[in-house]
Amino acid sequence: MPRSFLRPAAAVLAAALLAAGCSAGSTASSGGAPGAPDAPLRIGLTAEPANLDFTRTDGAAIPEALLVNVYEGLVQLNQQTGDIEPALAETWTVSPDGLVYDFTLREGVTFSNGEAFTADDVKFSIERVQSDAWTVSLADGMGVVAAVEVVSPTQARVTLSQPSNSWLHRMTTRIGAMFDPSGVADLANTPIGTGPYTVSEFRRGDALVLTARDDYWGEPPAIDEVVLQYFDDATAATNALLTDGIDVIGTVQAPESLARFEGDDRFQIIEGTTNGEVTLAMNNAFGPTSDPRVRRAIAMAIDHQAVLDTAWAGRGALIDTMVPPTDPWYQPLPDVTPYDPAAARALLAEAGTPTLSLRFRVANLPYAVASAQVVQSQLAAIGIETQIEPLEFPARWLEEVFTNADYDLSIVAHVEPRDIRTFGDPDYYWRYESAEVQELLAASETGTEEQQVAALQRVGRLIAEDAAADWLFLLPNLIVADADVRGLPQNRIGEALDLTALSRG
Amino acid sequence: MGALTVLLQLVRRTAVFAVSLVVASVVVFAFMTVLPGDPARVALGINATEEAVAATRAAFGTDRPLVVQYLDWVSGLPSGDFGRSYVTEVDIGPQIIDRLLVTTWLVLSGMAVALLVALPLGVLAAVRHRRPSGTLISAFSQVGVAVPSFLAGILLVTVFAVRLGWLPSGGWTPPAQDPVAFLSMLVLPALALGLVQGAVLTRYVRSAVLDVLREDYLRTARSKGLTPGRALVRHGLRNAAVPVVTVLGLQLSTLLIGAVVVERVFVIPGLGSLLLDGVANRDLLLVQGVVIVLVLAVLVVNFLVDVAYTVLDPRLRRAA
Repeated sequence: MPRSFLRPAAAVLAAALLAAGCSAGSTASSGGAPGAPDAPLRIGLTAEPANLDFTRTDGAAIPEALLVNVYEGLVQLNQQTGDIEPALAETWTVSPDGLVYDFTLREGVTFSNGEAFTADDVKFSIERVQSDAWTVSLADGMGVVAAVEVVSPTQARVTLSQPSNSWLHRMTTRIGAMFDPSGVADLANTPIGTGPYTVSEFRRGDALVLTARDDYWGEPPAIDEVVLQYFDDATAATNALLTDGIDVIGTVQAPESLARFEGDDRFQIIEGTTNGEVTLAMNNAFGPTSDPRVRRAIAMAIDHQAVLDTAWAGRGALIDTMVPPTDPWYQPLPDVTPYDPAAARALLAEAGTPTLSLRFRVANLPYAVASAQVVQSQLAAIGIETQIEPLEFPARWLEEVFTNADYDLSIVAHVEPRDIRTFGDPDYYWRYESAEVQELLAASETGTEEQQVAALQRVGRLIAEDAAADWLFLLPNLIVADADVRGLPQNRIGEALDLTALSRG
Repeated sequence: MGALTVLLQLVRRTAVFAVSLVVASVVVFAFMTVLPGDPARVALGINATEEAVAATRAAFGTDRPLVVQYLDWVSGLPSGDFGRSYVTEVDIGPQIIDRLLVTTWLVLSGMAVALLVALPLGVLAAVRHRRPSGTLISAFSQVGVAVPSFLAGILLVTVFAVRLGWLPSGGWTPPAQDPVAFLSMLVLPALALGLVQGAVLTRYVRSAVLDVLREDYLRTARSKGLTPGRALVRHGLRNAAVPVVTVLGLQLSTLLIGAVVVERVFVIPGLGSLLLDGVANRDLLLVQGVVIVLVLAVLVVNFLVDVAYTVLDPRLRRAA
């Protein structure tokens, strides 16, 4: 009798099992014995890319995986020195007026679809960035290009409308990536570049698999297959490394977890710098923070080391303006807004606002919320009351804080390279307007390298003196890996995670 | 007469089913439109210009009137066409099926664990409810009810994967590709889901069996000479099953939700991670698709529970 009531349930169960068993699914996890010589290298990363098209989807995840590895540009960034190095261009010359760039291209380069790379592709790729095909804002960097000429199959000439000291650097970012005209039909799923790797599998919700090409023009990479495994949860990534589920955590999201790996000779820890300035944004145009004295008071009320210790386990660097130490115009400015709560209180009194209540609308990311809580208590000590409101990042934060500038204080990490320029845009969500800063930024584009550095150092000082924002700390490049993995980058200063330098042994 | 009643019932159920689905589709769509955050802006990220945002909206089709967007979406559903995600540029239907299979494995194995725990323990706790062993089981289930499945997951990983190294800490392999790896990866998430649900279920089984034990027909069965155990098996369990099946149906829905969380802990590419990624990217079509499939699943489960009632309880077959 019990059998009769079990029958329908069993039938459902059987049908479901059968259905599940029949489909191979598309979400296999890593195969192959880990540690074997030809085993794939498995790297744990955060934030899976929504698709593989960085021309129309912003965010760090896509170029991190594809730039340098799948796509190459004419030039690339040396991760150690920050210098611009040849890539698909063997050499280049710049005319004395800084307007004409002549690139000599490498020969024998092919795209992964078999097409040859020529000067026609340079023209196609650069003009495509200027067209409607590219919608991400970085494409603006190509606005300075007036014309691209195909001089010969291996000679390309780019003419700028005005001299630009930053253009060649921008060519090391995603906008410099070279595309083949017949290879841009399905960028979201099928990227085709000249790089040493191709995307062999994109298991959504799981991993991106890159396989080395056997017809790559340059030195083939040491690792044949790299699996970029995406983790939403920092603890899951830590556990995966501890249990040999992965070999590398490429971006440690829970720095306090490093304690578990320290002193264990199975693992190595790499600690360097990035471009990620964790910034306390202050509304320069509206509300109490439009008064520079209030902003300076806030900057001086904050003990930055305490913020770093709490929010990111003390890993990372303290910076005084929107410049990471890897930029040529880096300068320490310890005396501009030193930690001094008494002076901060005096400034508030001078501004006629001894007590204040501010809306603190932060991105709902762990580092931002943790930082906000420390800042909140430090501001309370000088009489500023804040209401922390975590906003879902990116969707709500982008809409409310970034687009509408509807905030008094906010916190988010700015990871774009050389983003000091944002202070020249009065519409940017800082809502900071300074004619002197704008002129200096414009001047930095022309002139010699020394003049560029001097102008940008001046900008760095001006925005710090104005307390146009406050820089809480610089996110560190934190990597934990099996001890035998070589070639991991000390610093992360470009958009790419360079896999070509990796090896084991 | 009987056939007509059954037919009428079937028609009524189907109508309710269809209306529920239509209402659900409107509600789901409406929720998506009031969700703050513009998909185009999320795609373009920081520094996007208004022109680029407008162009992307047009490309996504999110600038069209809501009624047009709704009809466009809903008209494809009957034929299983969930549309194409404007964020991933992949057809949504096959993606949902892929992930649904993964989650189905999780939910069913979690349910199996729950039943394996709850049926024997629940019956035992009822039969021995005045003895220490019965009290012990009740205490165990009390504690189990209070533990959320994600915490159970984290604890299981810490002990069995990180400390002991017996099982992988997470990941997923389809059964067809490597059955051994599949099973080894399924064990911990199934336990995380199932143990907690099992604790809940144990309490229901216990009270259902206790109720039955007090019934007159059981006393009659025992007076006919059956041992208490045989009386319970032959006459009691079937009656105790009705409330348990009700709870089981409700629990399937809970398991689906629990799976969303457990998938995150164990890095399993199921429906839950698809849903979370979809919400984060404001991939509205995808989210709508996943939610409507979940609604459908819950409706189907309810339907099956109804069917199970009529099988279990002959009285329900006659009442219309």
